Amino acid sequence: MAEKILHAIYDDDDKLLAAVKKIKEAKIDIEEVYTPFPVHGLDKVLGLKETRLAITAFIYGCIGFSFAIWMMNHIMILDWPQNIGGKPSFSFIENMPSFVPIMFELTVFFAAHLMVITFYLRSKLWPFKEAENPIPNTTDDKFLIEIKFDGSEKEIKKLIKETDVLEIKLHLNKKNDND
Amino acid sequence: MYSITKNIKILSFSMMLIGLLALAYGFYSAPHSLEEAKEMVSNHGYDDHGSNYGEEYNSNSIENTDKTNVDLQEDSHKMSHDEHVYHQLSNRPWSALYVAALFFFLISLGTLAFYAIQRASQAGWSPILFRVMEGITGYLLPGSIIVFVILVLCTMHLNHVFVWMDPEVVAYDKIIQAKSGYLDSTFFLARAIFYILGWNLYRYFSRKFSIAQDKSDGIVNHVRNFKLSAGFLAFFIVTESMMSWDWIMSIDPHWFSTLFGWYVFASMFVSGITMIALITIYLKSQGYLEKVNDNHMHDLAKFMFGVSVFWAYLWFSQFMLIWYANIPEEVVYFVARIQDYSLPFWGMIVTNLIFPFLVLMNSDYKRVNWLIVMTGIVILFGHYLDFYNMIMPGTVGDQWFIGVPEIGGILFFGGLFIYVVFKTLTKASLEPSGDPLFKESEKFVY
Repeated sequence: MAEKILHAIYDDDDKLLAAVKKIKEAKIDIEEVYTPFPVHGLDKVLGLKETRLAITAFIYGCIGFSFAIWMMNHIMILDWPQNIGGKPSFSFIENMPSFVPIMFELTVFFAAHLMVITFYLRSKLWPFKEAENPIPNTTDDKFLIEIKFDGSEKEIKKLIKETDVLEIKLHLNKKNDND
Repeated sequence: MYSITKNIKILSFSMMLIGLLALAYGFYSAPHSLEEAKEMVSNHGYDDHGSNYGEEYNSNSIENTDKTNVDLQEDSHKMSHDEHVYHQLSNRPWSALYVAALFFFLISLGTLAFYAIQRASQAGWSPILFRVMEGITGYLLPGSIIVFVILVLCTMHLNHVFVWMDPEVVAYDKIIQAKSGYLDSTFFLARAIFYILGWNLYRYFSRKFSIAQDKSDGIVNHVRNFKLSAGFLAFFIVTESMMSWDWIMSIDPHWFSTLFGWYVFASMFVSGITMIALITIYLKSQGYLEKVNDNHMHDLAKFMFGVSVFWAYLWFSQFMLIWYANIPEEVVYFVARIQDYSLPFWGMIVTNLIFPFLVLMNSDYKRVNWLIVMTGIVILFGHYLDFYNMIMPGTVGDQWFIGVPEIGGILFFGGLFIYVVFKTLTKASLEPSGDPLFKESEKFVY
């Protein structure tokens, strides 16, 4: 239920990283950081929990791999066996090498697409969703640190002025019920 | 400055000594006459594979036409079966020597290619490891001389490793006759000299500029190295391909594969990168290379992972097309391997793809040194098997075994490799501190 929001705007990712480090050291909570591109090492400086997206990708890959095996077995061995390239066998394992490209592609397909969908769900993104970034410039060349706090802004402002900041903006939080 | 430890010396010299004895035993115990070979085959209870090759292949699940039988018979050129086995048995110590010599030489060559790529791409993360790479490529000169000497001995008909070198064989063989312009002993050795000279010249000058850069203020030597490396890479990719045709593919002179050069390259490349990782971890454990941290290991492990997959991709591309087309003169290559070499042939898929793929997939595991070492050893063993599978079926056929001469070869060349590499590491500072990218490398975060 913070009543004030402070936006500190930077024009360089190195300056941003240094500022985030400094703010974190002063034990001030950073609500959010908006950047035009993924800044290397920012997640570590912010102390974000490590993403579990990688493990989901592995699981999705396994699902795709199993699906491919089931699908090829069903299509080419069980349902409609065909004589292709003089290999009229009814055995999955003897035809397996020709299924490998399909297994590979479906593994990649499942891992990639399901991972992207998971990422959208987890980040609460969907088509036509309205942008949340406070200023449009954070999609261009500006970096923004958002801090929510109660009470006096003096100390926080002083600290931020010590960093290589471009602009500081202070807002009153009107949408308190949102928190 | 690194100084070679007593332990390394004892290890490498004892490996070389044991290896030498084992190789000598291999040559001594190989049959010296037809009768001896016959006796060995009956004593050891070898299955009489050769005589019923035809039936065996036909009963195989991979279907064969009669043409394969004709081919196989052509291979033995009306030579009696016993004589064929005699040649295979007497080839075994030679092949064991050749596979091990070639394997360690190619580790060094693969590292040289990796090094040249770092130089030519002006990579920021790797300069901190340049001296380790230069240490490994220190084996290039002795390694290439040894391989060359073995090739010269082959052309002198001391063995039947390269059957196309035998004029009697060629006289009966139309396919080799058609290739005799290229597969000619003199031309073969001249090409070998050309490749070896080119690679060693690059290594010599690059090392020279690299050391000179340490003491100079400007970046003249760095730029020279950059240009030289770019030129070398162009030279390398052509000569490496031709080297793989000459030194490996021509062992099966009827057979050819257009991506063989890439496939051999992937194998030596991953072995070289693995060797860089292993030696870096060893040096770190001894208190050297303090500036190398987990980030650098992470990148090396990524390369180990990625190139393992790349190797598998090429291996499978070669295998699947030939398996699918099922053209007798092509598929005979894999029939021989699947029939007689099924354990090393399928085993290397586990060691070279499945194991490193599963272990090194996790990002965190790429920073755990003991996992890298364990995977690295498996990868190196797997790629030895890879070269074993490329060379042995064409030289010893079904008379293969990983026994005294093979292990002896690994020990001897492994010992020599360790000694030469660590000796080279003592010759310059382990930190190329004069490199303009050194600072970047030091601060590198993956």
